[in-house]
Amino acid sequence: MLSSQDRIFLNLYGQKDWKLEGAKKRGDWNNTKAILDLGRDAIIKTVIDSGLRGRGGAGFSTGLKWSFMPKQQGELPHYLVVNGDESEPGTCKDREILRHEPHKIIEGALIASFAIGAHTAYIYIRGEYYNEANHLQIAIDEAYEAGLIGKNACESGWDFDFHIHRGAGAYICGEETAQLESLEGKKGEPRLKPPFPANKGLYGCPTTINNVESISVTPTILRRGSSWFNGIGRANNTGPKLMTLSGHIQTPCVFEEALGLPLKEIIETHGGGVRGGWDNLLAVIPGGTSMPLLNKETCETAIMDFDGLRSAGSNLGTAAIIVMDKSTDIIKAMTRIAQFYKHESCGQCTPCREGSAWVLKVMRRMTEGNAEIDEIDMLMDVTGQIENTTICAMGMSISWPIQSLIRNFRPLMEKRLMDYKTTHGGTSLIQIPKEAMVGT
Amino acid sequence: MVKVTVDDIPITVPEGSSVLQACELAGKEIPRFCYHEKLSVAGNCRMCIVEITGSRKPLVSSCSQPVTEGMQVKTDTEIVRAARRSTMELLLINHPLDCPICDQGGECDLQDQAVAYGRSCSRFKDGKRAVTDKYLGPLIRTSMTRCIQCTRCIRFTSEITGTAELGGLNRGTDLEIAPYIEQAMDTELSGNLIDICPVGALTSKPTSFHFRSWELKTTQSIDIHDATGSNILLQIRGNEIMRILPKRNDLVNEQWLSDKGRFSLDGLKKGRLDKPWIRQGKNLIQTSWPEAIEHLGQKLKTVKAERIGAIAGDLCDAESMLSLKILLNQLGCYNIDCRQDGAYYDSSERWRYLFNTTISGIEKADALLIVGSFPRYESPTINARIRKRWLSLTEEFPIAYIGDLPTDPTYKINYLGNDPAIINDLLQGQNAFTDVLVKAKRPMILIGHSILTRNDSPSLFHMLLQLADQIGALNSQWNGVNILHTSASRVAGIDLGLIPDENHLDTHSMIEGNVDLLWLLGADELNLENLPQECFLVYQGHHGEKAAARADIILPAPAYTEKSGIYTNTEGRIQKSFRAIFPLGEAKEEWLSLLEIGRYLNLDMPFIDLDSLRNYMADVNPVYQSLGLMNSEKENFTIEKRKNDFENQRFTSVISDYFLTNSINRASPTMNECSLLRRSSSLKVTE
Repeated sequence: MLSSQDRIFLNLYGQKDWKLEGAKKRGDWNNTKAILDLGRDAIIKTVIDSGLRGRGGAGFSTGLKWSFMPKQQGELPHYLVVNGDESEPGTCKDREILRHEPHKIIEGALIASFAIGAHTAYIYIRGEYYNEANHLQIAIDEAYEAGLIGKNACESGWDFDFHIHRGAGAYICGEETAQLESLEGKKGEPRLKPPFPANKGLYGCPTTINNVESISVTPTILRRGSSWFNGIGRANNTGPKLMTLSGHIQTPCVFEEALGLPLKEIIETHGGGVRGGWDNLLAVIPGGTSMPLLNKETCETAIMDFDGLRSAGSNLGTAAIIVMDKSTDIIKAMTRIAQFYKHESCGQCTPCREGSAWVLKVMRRMTEGNAEIDEIDMLMDVTGQIENTTICAMGMSISWPIQSLIRNFRPLMEKRLMDYKTTHGGTSLIQIPKEAMVGT
Repeated sequence: MVKVTVDDIPITVPEGSSVLQACELAGKEIPRFCYHEKLSVAGNCRMCIVEITGSRKPLVSSCSQPVTEGMQVKTDTEIVRAARRSTMELLLINHPLDCPICDQGGECDLQDQAVAYGRSCSRFKDGKRAVTDKYLGPLIRTSMTRCIQCTRCIRFTSEITGTAELGGLNRGTDLEIAPYIEQAMDTELSGNLIDICPVGALTSKPTSFHFRSWELKTTQSIDIHDATGSNILLQIRGNEIMRILPKRNDLVNEQWLSDKGRFSLDGLKKGRLDKPWIRQGKNLIQTSWPEAIEHLGQKLKTVKAERIGAIAGDLCDAESMLSLKILLNQLGCYNIDCRQDGAYYDSSERWRYLFNTTISGIEKADALLIVGSFPRYESPTINARIRKRWLSLTEEFPIAYIGDLPTDPTYKINYLGNDPAIINDLLQGQNAFTDVLVKAKRPMILIGHSILTRNDSPSLFHMLLQLADQIGALNSQWNGVNILHTSASRVAGIDLGLIPDENHLDTHSMIEGNVDLLWLLGADELNLENLPQECFLVYQGHHGEKAAARADIILPAPAYTEKSGIYTNTEGRIQKSFRAIFPLGEAKEEWLSLLEIGRYLNLDMPFIDLDSLRNYMADVNPVYQSLGLMNSEKENFTIEKRKNDFENQRFTSVISDYFLTNSINRASPTMNECSLLRRSSSLKVTE
């Protein structure tokens, strides 16, 4: 359990004042000038030493990402983009930060911009987060008024501007390069890498893109030191993290918890346990819908951090835990997820555009049972190809839920298909020819 | 240079090359759909996937991956084959199986690569997607269900034509390629969309369902609809031209062809002259060649040599013009002109009437002044080259423009105005753009026919030469004086001396009635109203228009597809076309009928066949000794001093209607429809 003095987000539930005055009481903007006076290299080093891994899903070291930016600004300006396009189903941690701790974002953005040599930062907020964007705008206005940002921010001599850009409701704009395209006013389609954003990002200039939570925790890390952050959690999986619990539990919630605790303990303590008791558990998606699901046996032992979940066959992702009890039609649930990814595929590259629709069509038939057993293998094969060949990580988002369903619940799927044949008779009209077996 | 290994073949490639280019250099075939050499890299089809050994993510799209030192590329491993099979399968799940009724069949990238890299059959059992067809005008038929969203067409309209008419609507599997506003495409290069579309989504509308690609035989030829000399392929079935395609020539037209060159082929089948005709009273009577030659020969004997005149048209090959000149010179007549528009050329030196920078040289230029020309209409492919240079990120390319501006030139211009006085300002250094030109290392001045077809043309042209000299555009390394011609025959005509000296009659004097016999060699653009009734008019050409209707004798000639000929483009590049089909009816090559007339008159013709005529041509102008572009390294340029007097009169565009500029276009229903659409307000007609 995270002790209360180790908490970073003290107003997560909005019980206190979220505006500048309240934020200052909680320690935000407390001598930010001193942090900036440490200098670029020291800030980056502290963040690297703290072991902070990106909170947006991929888990890449935030400090390391900052260090990829050119040390000296050339002809082109540098940019910081804060990714607030939180659209992963099951995830609403950034929303709480935007609502109740907006000053942490602004202060973090100032420090990060300073560390990467940017004078301008943009925050791309999910279009549906209308009130949240308003909160942030008020906070930005306050900060400008107080001289915390703007020209000579916090009297540090660093000029810093912070702009809000609201998205228009596309999931893919949460992908960092698609977000840059969208910010530039184009259709949100991921870019080819290389070049990476640190070389050619927003408007072709060196750019760093960080998640809202990663940005928000950096001021506290710099105040309390890297060893404090490092001391929480397991090696290489450090710090407290905002997590979201939803699904068939007693108390769905967003909470801050240290990494490295058992998944079961988290569900029991924060969620009040699975509806109908632990034995009623069917499966858990531990990191937002794009991550593979875990069956009950794995959930018993899974550790809730980056490496722990990876060894359990899933990923931490955004740490959005979705609990499903035995009343869930797991095939239907995964079909719904497939529908989401089909709807949100940008359509740029072939495997995702065509594959997401195909997977959904097959999954819809599978939900009914109107499919062939061969098609389960085919799904595995097709999703395996999709995940390897797409431009961005969307291919994995399409594939992993389906693959984990097949890995964990294949007998259930086969039973559904056999039951359908028993009630409807015979086999389906179209037979898959012999030479079209998997892998040929 | 970077060393890489492709399938164990070590090769060195330039830094910044893509893996795909490295694989091609190593002789490996990489399947692709979205990648196109002349367009930006999209990397979205995922067909060109290769394996990079030892990489964290082994499968990469080779078109977008830059090579790195020591990279190990595998193009044919099991996982690469599996990925390609999978991509192929995914592309085909929503692609209709209508190959038997698809015009692309037989030359379809999807079809070929499905056979080479795909699975034997599909595992897809569900319903396919269908997409509404879009209207793109009278030239392009769409069948959008076949589209594989490679976005080549989107990139083509945004990068090459600069009109950005196509885009992707919706997302995911609902992604559709569509025009933002559904109307006829407003570009002169739209036909190239058909070539770049790898599937049958965009096909040719005028020739749809007329042929299958494997029925066609191909002949190399030269496009005569503008002075670019675009290299083309004439594709025939039997004795009929079915299709015209561009032939890649990076020095001239790259891979593009203007819509006029591609789609006016139906004009070759309409309004043609196929038999000799002789006027008897008010009527033209069909006749035979021997009778026609006798009739004309008798007439020629009765007319005084100095009362004979001849005008060569815009579509003539060098051979016809030369043989006509030989015939008249043998008769003692020197009234022969190749300029229907009466343009002024300084023919004292060859560079003074050529596009000296050369078309590919545009890419090296670093400043451009366009005067009295609208390249988008006068040569769409040269315009695309200017845009390409303007788009390239290497150096700034400031473009200034003087003259009439009918529509968007497709690149950003500094519009200086439409007034000859601006040229004087530039010359006196009173215009800011002079500094730009002076600072530029390789400045270009592009002079169009709006300058050259005025009363004060000699003066204006001379001022521009002085300007070129002042800004340092004339030196042994760089010649920045460029004349953009509008007719395919013009440069050859000037080269071969079809310009009368001041003692002889030019076009204007001839049509004003100073001759008793006027010979029109395919000259259709003339105003013959002032020609006296008693003037005997000979029309030798392939389309029966108003000149032919007025003629006293008509000698049918083959169109450019039906004869082999030499054409010299605006750069002075000498190119030869080949005969694709036989001439229509009794039409006879111009040089042959002229030879027969010469023999009838017992004249001493210096040639007996096409070869000897071409040899003679090399004697007339040594430039014609070989094909191609003569590299003239000139050291000293002397620009004579001259009084600069010009009239304060605005420039007017020489091409008012892009689609209707010669007799072939005017006979073509397709070109007429395009013209009608372009002139109407809506750009849309019901099919």
